[in-house]
Formats: sequence, structure tokens, C-alpha cells
Amino acid sequence: MLRKALILAAVVGGLVLAPPALADTSSAEPKDVHWSFEGPFGRFDQEQLQRGYKVYHDVCSACHAMRLMSYRNLGQPGGPFYIPKYKNPNDNPVVKARAADFQVADIDSDTGDAIKRPAIPADTFASPFPNEAAARASNGGALPPDLSLIVKAREGGPQYIYSILTGYAPPPPGLKVPVGKYYNPYMAGDLGANWFGKGPVPIGGFIGMPKQLTPNRVTFDDGVKATAEEEAWDVTAFLAWAAEPHADERKTMGLGVLAFLVIFAGLLYASYRQLWKDIDHH
Amino acid sequence: MSGQSTYEPKTAFERWLDTRLPIVRFGAELLDFPTPKNLNYWWTFGGILAVCLMVQIITGVVLAMHYDPNAANAFDSVEKIMRDVNYGWMIRYIHATGASMFFLAVYIHMFRGLYYGSYKAPREVLWILGLVIYLLMMATAFMGYVLPWGQMSYWGATVITNIIGSVPIIGPSITTLLWGGYSVDNPTLNRFFSLHYLLPFMIAGVVGLHIWALHVPGNNNPTGVNVKSKQDTVPFHPYYTVKDGFAVVLFFILFALFVFYAPDALGHPDNYTVANPLVTPQHIVPEWYFLPFYAILRAIPNKLGGVIAMFGAIAVLFTLPWIDTSKVRSMRYRPTARLFFFLFALDCLILGLCGANPPDAHVWPGVQGFQLLDSNINSYTWLARVATTAYFGYLILVMPILGLIEKPLPTPESISSPVLSEKKG
Amino acid sequence: MVNTVATNPEGQAAPGQDPNRRDFIYIATVAAAVGGAASVAWPLIDQMNPSGDTLALASIEFDLTKVQLGQQVVVKWRGKPVFVRYRTPKEIAEAQNVDVSSLRDPQSDAERHKPGKPQWLIVVGICTHLGCVPNFGQGEYGGWLCPCHGSVYDTAGRIRKGPAPLNLLLPDYAFLSDTKVKIG
Repeated sequence: MLRKALILAAVVGGLVLAPPALADTSSAEPKDVHWSFEGPFGRFDQEQLQRGYKVYHDVCSACHAMRLMSYRNLGQPGGPFYIPKYKNPNDNPVVKARAADFQVADIDSDTGDAIKRPAIPADTFASPFPNEAAARASNGGALPPDLSLIVKAREGGPQYIYSILTGYAPPPPGLKVPVGKYYNPYMAGDLGANWFGKGPVPIGGFIGMPKQLTPNRVTFDDGVKATAEEEAWDVTAFLAWAAEPHADERKTMGLGVLAFLVIFAGLLYASYRQLWKDIDHH
Repeated sequence: MSGQSTYEPKTAFERWLDTRLPIVRFGAELLDFPTPKNLNYWWTFGGILAVCLMVQIITGVVLAMHYDPNAANAFDSVEKIMRDVNYGWMIRYIHATGASMFFLAVYIHMFRGLYYGSYKAPREVLWILGLVIYLLMMATAFMGYVLPWGQMSYWGATVITNIIGSVPIIGPSITTLLWGGYSVDNPTLNRFFSLHYLLPFMIAGVVGLHIWALHVPGNNNPTGVNVKSKQDTVPFHPYYTVKDGFAVVLFFILFALFVFYAPDALGHPDNYTVANPLVTPQHIVPEWYFLPFYAILRAIPNKLGGVIAMFGAIAVLFTLPWIDTSKVRSMRYRPTARLFFFLFALDCLILGLCGANPPDAHVWPGVQGFQLLDSNINSYTWLARVATTAYFGYLILVMPILGLIEKPLPTPESISSPVLSEKKG
Repeated sequence: MVNTVATNPEGQAAPGQDPNRRDFIYIATVAAAVGGAASVAWPLIDQMNPSGDTLALASIEFDLTKVQLGQQVVVKWRGKPVFVRYRTPKEIAEAQNVDVSSLRDPQSDAERHKPGKPQWLIVVGICTHLGCVPNFGQGEYGGWLCPCHGSVYDTAGRIRKGPAPLNLLLPDYAFLSDTKVKIG
């Protein structure tokens, strides 16, 4: 009886875990990319994070804010510019230099005027636009999303982000692309109303951002070749770190916790068997 | 509470305290409580649930030291906990995962009750108190999910508070009262935070009553046969404290696997986007433990009908001690009832599947199906309708009728001397 | 028939006896439980310690060119006021010409500024009596006067009259250059 129940549960479980068939929108399955940080034993690669930060700085920060990030986060353990000698990121010279690259709004303490000053590690990342309306006005009405959590906020996580960045394709003939939008097969969308070509409606949708990552758009300080794929791979890794800076610490702590729990379970089981040895409890 | 107390105060202080507030005696009686010696691991979930409640309260109180319930800051305050508070990421993930683990344990605990007839006389009040705890848990979890103020938080709250509006005449006023405004907004969030903090302590109180109600007749056991003598029991401590402790640690291993290696698996990516009243997510789904009820709600084409069916699905459970006519408690000795029980459990999983999917999506991919009334036959809408009918059919028809017509297996004389050779089930 | 209570021939040790082999497993289990409880308790306590964003403002940098000679600027550091005072040569001389042993809280002027930079006096602007913020330039010693209960501080921030027990406290600070100081 129990066996039958387990088999039935497994069948239903299989159905539950299959991705739901979305009736309206479609998108291509994200590309199968691998990351240094995937899996329980995966960890971020500091050099990749540095390259990724460069891509964010040079390309993305023109339109995308990351308001949950502060410059000091770049210098915390696990971060791209962590240096063990500088436990306090406020002292980390690389972090201070990176922060000073940006100007942030402030009030002059003497006159009360609105001024701009170089950022310090304690400041949050400078936003390209002062508010949502300005962001939309500069981007054809579309709001470039904040990237602090983008990797966790999208189904498919880093695979999805990488696929969008590298997946731009010329629109199939017969697809009417609205002004200010771009066709991307990895973007979820329903293209039925824009399809005037032969054959089935193409999968994918329209995204407000044109393709950004082209070869050598960025020059990496460590000399790694800046192909479009490398740029996308590195910036996605950086964004994955930014979405959860403590991920490495979480996985490491998990090992310790599970090891303890397994040993403790063993001790408790032995105690249980010892205690119940002479009780007839079938 | 029933039976002699064998506690002897050892020190002068204990004697002094015992005549003024016999709390040590009370604790000693709890630990000595005669418990059937044949309880299997399905009986460890009560202890697991008590531990879950403690974990949620402790992590919750700590999170409340850093959380800001104002709608403008709530999302960011949760991210501050994740990024800046020492071990904040761990405490937050434990609290979020803990809610799921709490419901996993409560469903197993409830299904144990259904299978072994633990709701039958004289444990009807115990069962009802348990359902009260379950309802309080659902309210607490619902409000808790709103607090991070993500897209799912906001829109889940909007959908569910809107259904109250379907109640005739007074519905819309109650909804406005709940909202404190014309939509889910800052006033709603603030009161949800206050009530989310309050309700777990009410749950703790009802848990106290639940354990009291248990200790009057004593625990049920897998045979469903009453305890006949001291020979049938062992003192709760150390026999069941250690066994429950072992079960709790196994439970913690599953808990830790989620917290440390798949912390977002049970959540929804849309909740990492700040609530936006102007943009509705593609698919609004509640957390997994509400999916079966969500399916029942959407299965009925009438809004008020859906609400009645959804609450009715829990209300009917209150009547179980009286609608089950079987003279035999444990389904170990009721083979036909056991078959229906497993079908019922499967039905609940199917209802969960229906709740997870968009109503119009095809159940069998590729199969075209045909239009029946308002929906395609090969849609989750119709699957949910069949599953809802089966759910109510099991409780309202099968339970009363089966008890009268089935032929159960012979039950053992007592716990200590079972008539049949052992068959775990 | 069956018995209910364990009748181990080598049962649990009686009180006073050495724990025997069987007890070892229970002792080990309890020890593991205590260790587990301590590891669980620590994060729950440590979360109350200052969080990352608070620690970020634990140190600040200040541009000294903002201070006029003979004046002070009040800077907020760790939620408290800090006086950054640009002392005149007269104020420095007055601070040095004091019999240190006669002071309530004996400290020489040299102990209260960084070597080679006597013109910069950086003190926490909280009266050591009951916590009010003293007023600049008032009081007969030319330092500060606390309006709440009349404590008078000299140009080195030392208590000279009134109820305060200690000199104005010195925060941790270091000169990053002649015009920049890091406090904290």
C-alpha cells in the first residue's frame, strides 16, 4: 500500500515539477551555461567578479541603477575587490578609488545648496537617473530595471540573464518590430499580433534594450579577451554575486551545519536504540 | 491531568514552591506522562511542530528588530537584513523556509490523524483545536508573505482580500475595512505586521489547549485500540523525548538542505521585484501550502461560490468526528478505507498541481481537447473541478457510507498483545 | 509476556558511580546538543551587533580646509557630535601653560593632539557630566561651556570647573594628509 502511494506521489511530483505550460507567452529555453558558483560546492571567482564589475561600470551603469549595492560591498569578503588586509572596506584603497569614480548628490553643509561630490565607500551605487520619470524619458518610455536582484528576480536566474544578453537575433521576416523595441527569443512574449510571416508565430518577445555586449566593448584589466560571450558571462556572474553577496558563506556554513546534524542524528539514534532495547514495541 | 502524580519534591525550595505554584510538579507530570509504547514515527510530528513554532517565533522576533513595516521601506529593509545584518541572511532564510517546513509537518500530522482515526471520540475537541491552530497558521503565513512587499506579496494580498468583497451586501465594506484604504497599501501592510506578530502567540496558547486536550484521554496509537494497562505505556521522558529528538534532527537536516542549498526553491522570483500596483505579474500564485485551496477557489465559476467552497473545504473537516461512522479507529484494520485514503491524499496533491498552473493551460501537453461549458476539457480548470468533487465526495459521502458497509479486519485485543503478526501500515 | 520498563543487566550507572559504557552515548548526545544550542544562539545574539551599514559609517573622512583659524566645525560621527577645532597659537599656548597635576583629569596638552599638529584639536562634543553638547568659545578658559550644568572646558578640552568628571573624550583619528583626517 505504501509502495503504491509512493509511486503515485512520484508521478504527481513529476507533473508538479514540470514547468507549467504557459498558454499565452513563449520564450526559448535559457542556454545551458555553467558557472563557478553553481551547485553546493560552487563559489564565485573573484577575478570574474572584477571583470563583471567593469562591464557593469562601463556599459550597464549608464542606464541601470543598483540601489541596494554600496561601494563598500565591493570590498567585503567574497566581493570583487576584497583584500584580506583591509577588513573594513572603508580603508580598502581599491574600493575608495572605485567609489570616487562616481559623483553623488549631496547638500553643501555650509550653503545648503545641492552639490555633487565624489562617492565614498559608504554611499550606495550612484543611479544614472534621479527618478523613474527621468529614466523612462531617456529610454523611450521603458524603465531599465534595477539590477541589484535581477538574477534572483527572473525565472532561470543567471542562465536567463546570460541568454538575453547574448541571444539577440535578427527578427524573422514578417515580424513587425515596434519602434524602440528589439526582438529577443529569450524574452517572454506573445508575438501573435505582430506576426505577418509564413509559418507558426516565432517564440520570444520584444525587449526595450538593444544589444549591448559586443566584442571589445570593454577592455579587461587582467587581459582576458573581451568577446561578447565573455562580457556576458562575467557581468552575469557579477550580478549573481550582487543579488546575494553572502552566497559563498551560506554554502560553506551549510557544510558545517549538515555535518553536525548528521553526527547529532547518529548520536540520537544510538541513544534511542539503547533506551528502547528491552521494550517490546514492535 | 488525569491519574496520580508520583512527583516528590526533593529540596526545601521545591516543597515551598509546590504548595504555592506546583509548576515543577506540572512539568514532571508532563515528562512522566504514560504514552503508548507502540507509537511509530508518524507520531513524532507533534513534537516537530512545537519545535517549528519555536523556531518561527524566535527568528521572527529577531527579524522584527530590523524590519520596517512602512511600504516605502519594507522591501529594502528585508534586503538590508539579507546584506548588512550579521547572519541576517541566515535568519531570514530560516524564517521563510521554516514556514514551508511548518506546513509540511502540519499536513503530515493531519494526515496521520485521518489515517489512524485520531479525530474520533473521545478526541473530537483535540481534533477541532488542531484545526483552529491550522486556520491561525494559514492567517499568519498569509500575512507574513505580504511583509517583504514584493510583487507576489502585494498581488497575492490583493487577490485574496478582494474575494472577501464577494460576500453579499457587507463584502465591499469589510474589504475596505481590512485594507484601511481603497487598495492594499501602507495601512494594510502595517496592520498585517502587527497581526503577524500577534497570531503566533495565540497559536502557542491554542497549542497549550491542544496538549491539554490530548492528555485527558492520552495519545492514540497505530492500532487504534485503547490503552488497557500500564504495560501498554512507557513514560514520555526519556523514551519519546529521545525518539522525538531524533525525528526533529532528521527534520532539521531537510530544513538545512533548503536553507543552505536551495533557499529560494520554495519561493517565487517575482517576489524579488518591489511591489508595483500598476503592473500585475504574469501568474499570481500563493505559496505551495495554499495551492490546493487556491485550486478549489478558482474551480467554481462563481466568485462567492469559490469562496464558500474554499472555506468549506476546511469547515467540513470540523465535522469529521461525526461524519465518520466507522467503529474501528485505525485504517490499519480498514483495507477499503485505506485505499480511499490514499486516493484522497493523491487528490490533495492533484489539487495542489491545479493551483500551481494557469487555469487554461493544458494538463496533457499536445492534446487538443474540446470546449466544455466555459473551459477546455483538457484544462486545469476541469481537473480542479473533478478533484474538488472528489475532495468533498471523500469527506461527505465515502466517510459516512464506508463506515457502515465495510468489513474491517479484526483489531488486536490490546497494544501489548496484538492478535495479528506485525504489519506496518 | 512483555515487559515495559528496560531491564538492562548493565543498567544506567547509579548516582555517585562512574558513568559506564552505556551512559557514554547519552553524555555524548547531551554534549552535542549543548554545542548545537550554543552555535544556534550565537547568530541570534550577534545579529544585534552593529550591522554592515552602521559599521560603514564607523569611520568618516573630513576635509580640514573647511575649518577657519580659531573656529570649530561640528561633524557627526557614529551619531555623535565631534568638534574639529583649528586652534590659534594663543589658544595652544594657554593649553600648554597649565600645571597638569592640578587638573581634575590630568592630561598634558601634548597627550590630546597628534605629534606635530598642535593646531588641530579633535574631541567628542559630549559633556562628560550628563551628555549635553557644550558651547564653543564660552567659559573663562576660552574652550567650551556646557549650558546644562555649567561645566567649563579649556582650549585643550579639559575639564576645569563644574561637575563633569573627565576631559572631553578623544576619538580614534589619524591624519591621512595635512588637509584630511580620518575619524574612527
